[in-house]
Amino acid sequence: MSTPHQTPAPAAPVLAVEGLNVGVRNTGLVHDVSFTIGRGERVGLIGESGSGKSLTGLSLIGLLPEDVHATGSVRLAGVDSDIISASEAELSRLRGKDVAMVFQEPMTALNPTMRIGDQVAESMLVHGTAPDRDAARKRAVELLAMARVPNPGAAARAYPHQFSGGQRQRVVLAIALANDPSLLICDEPTTALDVTVQKTVLDLIVNGVEERDAAMLFITHDLGVIANVCERVLVMYGGRIVESGPVMEVFRNPQHRYTQGLLAASDLVSSDAHRQLPTIRGTVPSAGRFPAGCVFNTRCDHATDACTTQPPWMEIAPDQGFACFHPAGTEEEADGELASTTTAKGSEDEDRVPYDGALLGAEHEPSDPAVRGQITVSDVTRRYTRPRRSLFSPAPTIDALRGVSFTIDPGERFGIVGESGCGKSTLLRILAGLDQPTSGSVEIEGTDIARLSTRNLRFLRSRLQLVFQDPMSSLDPRMRVKDIVAEPIVAQRLRPPKGTLSEHIERLLTEVGLRPEVASRYPHQFSGGQRQRISIARALAPQPAILLADEPVSALDVSVRAQVLNLINDLVDQLDLTLVFVSHDLSVVRHVCDRVAVMRDGEIVELGPTEEVYTNPQHDYTKTLLAAVPDLRAALAASRDTPERGMPGA
Amino acid sequence: MSAGAVGPVSAESAGAAPKRSRRLPLSAVIGAAIVGTIVLLALVSYVWMPYNPTRIDALSRLQGFSGEHWFGTDRFGRDIFSQILMGSRTTLFVGVVAVGIATVIGVPLGIIAAMTGRWTSEVMMRTNDLLLAFPALLLAIMLSAIFGGSTLVAMVAIGIATVPSFVRLIRSGALQVMQTEYVMAARAAGRGPWSIGLRHVLPNVTSLIIVQASVAFAIAVLAEAALSFLGLGTPPPTPSWGRMLQESQSLLFAAPRLAIVPGIAIALAVLGFNLLGDGLRDHFDPRLEDR
Repeated sequence: MSTPHQTPAPAAPVLAVEGLNVGVRNTGLVHDVSFTIGRGERVGLIGESGSGKSLTGLSLIGLLPEDVHATGSVRLAGVDSDIISASEAELSRLRGKDVAMVFQEPMTALNPTMRIGDQVAESMLVHGTAPDRDAARKRAVELLAMARVPNPGAAARAYPHQFSGGQRQRVVLAIALANDPSLLICDEPTTALDVTVQKTVLDLIVNGVEERDAAMLFITHDLGVIANVCERVLVMYGGRIVESGPVMEVFRNPQHRYTQGLLAASDLVSSDAHRQLPTIRGTVPSAGRFPAGCVFNTRCDHATDACTTQPPWMEIAPDQGFACFHPAGTEEEADGELASTTTAKGSEDEDRVPYDGALLGAEHEPSDPAVRGQITVSDVTRRYTRPRRSLFSPAPTIDALRGVSFTIDPGERFGIVGESGCGKSTLLRILAGLDQPTSGSVEIEGTDIARLSTRNLRFLRSRLQLVFQDPMSSLDPRMRVKDIVAEPIVAQRLRPPKGTLSEHIERLLTEVGLRPEVASRYPHQFSGGQRQRISIARALAPQPAILLADEPVSALDVSVRAQVLNLINDLVDQLDLTLVFVSHDLSVVRHVCDRVAVMRDGEIVELGPTEEVYTNPQHDYTKTLLAAVPDLRAALAASRDTPERGMPGA
Repeated sequence: MSAGAVGPVSAESAGAAPKRSRRLPLSAVIGAAIVGTIVLLALVSYVWMPYNPTRIDALSRLQGFSGEHWFGTDRFGRDIFSQILMGSRTTLFVGVVAVGIATVIGVPLGIIAAMTGRWTSEVMMRTNDLLLAFPALLLAIMLSAIFGGSTLVAMVAIGIATVPSFVRLIRSGALQVMQTEYVMAARAAGRGPWSIGLRHVLPNVTSLIIVQASVAFAIAVLAEAALSFLGLGTPPPTPSWGRMLQESQSLLFAAPRLAIVPGIAIALAVLGFNLLGDGLRDHFDPRLEDR
């Protein structure tokens, strides 16, 4: 990844967006977006769900869905027509040639029935940039080599399913760059990839764009990626650009209160002694439901009556400015490495009432209090047998776990980190008694659950509970919130500690920062963060001693992630829980856990106190993993050491 | 400031309290109207018909639309409108019973096939494939050969023949549900397999059941018509819409009316049940509540 360019954007921009508005019927989704990108400039577009960042990206290439309409103007250098008003015929001449796009999901971006080489060659044949099929194929192999697809000659003859996600994304990149576009749009190109793969793909994108001196718009929610890839950033919220400017200046001295809150919430290192992270209160409204005036006014601690009108654009420099009546710079010194002001704790957390009920699963309480919440895993293996491929050879097997051993002490916060396919989810399922190990033993509170039948596992259900990754799929859409939260109690015919079941549920909902009135609603009426709260309330319902969390914040927006992490932290403290926290996100695990196990290929390669593993990793894989994380702080610190140019206030 | 009041409830649901009493979708209303009319016709036929639908009247053969005979008469002088009234009983009865048999047998089998282990599931599905490959008409012919052609045999045959398509569809839907994290959460909460099947899987495949039932109803009505047409369904002289079609065949060019009237009746019934099914599916989906 390279350092920012020395010179500001050249006078003639490659892309000029002016007054772009996008909407569905009467609902505006993107409002009055204007920006330019110069030749060779890499611009990041950052935003959370519903911010309109993807729609903005799609309108630049004329790919908006049928019922979505856009107004304004999008001009591309060297193209006569305006992309917004261009006909489909004009657009298809320009897509893939003058402007190309890389999408988020590499698994569906390629045609599964077409050879890789032909798919790369196709884009050149369509636009006539290759004289004939043979030349196009030859060029395709070169492009695959450029994208560092291993063994490009053979790869060109292979089909998409033979490649991993990261390799497919390289192929998609090769297709996008085949015709040397003047503008490349990347919409979360690495979000679906593992960190180590993400780094190589990001490097490829940056190199590919630099070689061609092309302009790039990089859309993502990840501030760390932006800091490492882009020179300039546009911050979007509620369909508007609320702040823009050079990455280092925006990230060091954010002006808009949203940018400030976002930076604070994504910085997991600067938490206080109780591991409380700064948060932005409330949730991100769904698209089109943002308030009038300043789109951030319902979540902003500095909002006043003035904020009910749209704040004007305050220009600091060309290509740098913000839209806020109460900018951050006005009342604090601008020397912070990151915006370190702690925005007030979310109102949801203030509503929380600590829970003091008696223990529900008291009858299952271990006889020896010393083992309460203890987990001992010894030499656990798990082998999956695939369906047989031939009558004469044995069925193929996959070893998801190859001899995993560790002990988690009562009350400990234990992290498990690894990339996809490392066996961390299998391990979690085995700990939860939802899967059985092929060999080895798993002791929960002194009882070996590895060989217990489902019937005898019942005690586990009140001692150990789970929080899942995907807040969309972890709650039954056909059940009301109260039935969802009550499920562990009803299923085991437990008695609530005091009062009626519905009182218990109301207490639990208050406990996780939701209003008791929401009990009769359905999950779809809640945002992702709120659904995760419901999921946590369900896990706490039988008052377990152990909480297993499977990537509980990976699917959440940055500003909401901090709230949920704070909540988990508080609850683990108050209820004296043992926490097992599985994640691919190293910084989250570092923030939450005391001890961490790094997993790879079904084995634990490194295990130790979190700080030690992070500051002084022993295993090569841990080192690779840590080096691959696009770190916001590191990127800012690096640029501080080598100041690019004088910046106001720095 | 107002933000505090918004609190934990998201903006999308803060404005309006959830309303349970939603208006039915238009398609459901139209579907219900058509189905309701057919049910009404069937009920009316028990207390009143303009003529005895089986009475032969040689003097008024093959009459057209008139005030005396609303839909005319057939070649034996029987009143078509009375026959339609009487035939609606058979049609409804066959449809309801056949779909009932298919649902009651097919849905549990589909869910069980999705929830059991690989081997049980394989055996169930391969048996199902075998039945699926067996033509429904052949089954009906076999059953009629054994028990004699009757409305009852026809609807049992249609019902049994429809079971495999239910099993297949419901299993694929149930498999998807079994993959979700909420089923995993339910297992972690201590729910047993029966309880999961009943509380999580069944409610989440209801939309499939409703749509499949409405399609199956339409097919059953057509199958009954086809069986009667072949003389394997409702025996004469009891009128059924399918038999009316069959009898119209030889006079298709001389009196097309004889085919058109029961044809429209069948088409309307099929349309009504499909519309009703689609509408009900949307109505009972809590996810569509806010729209």
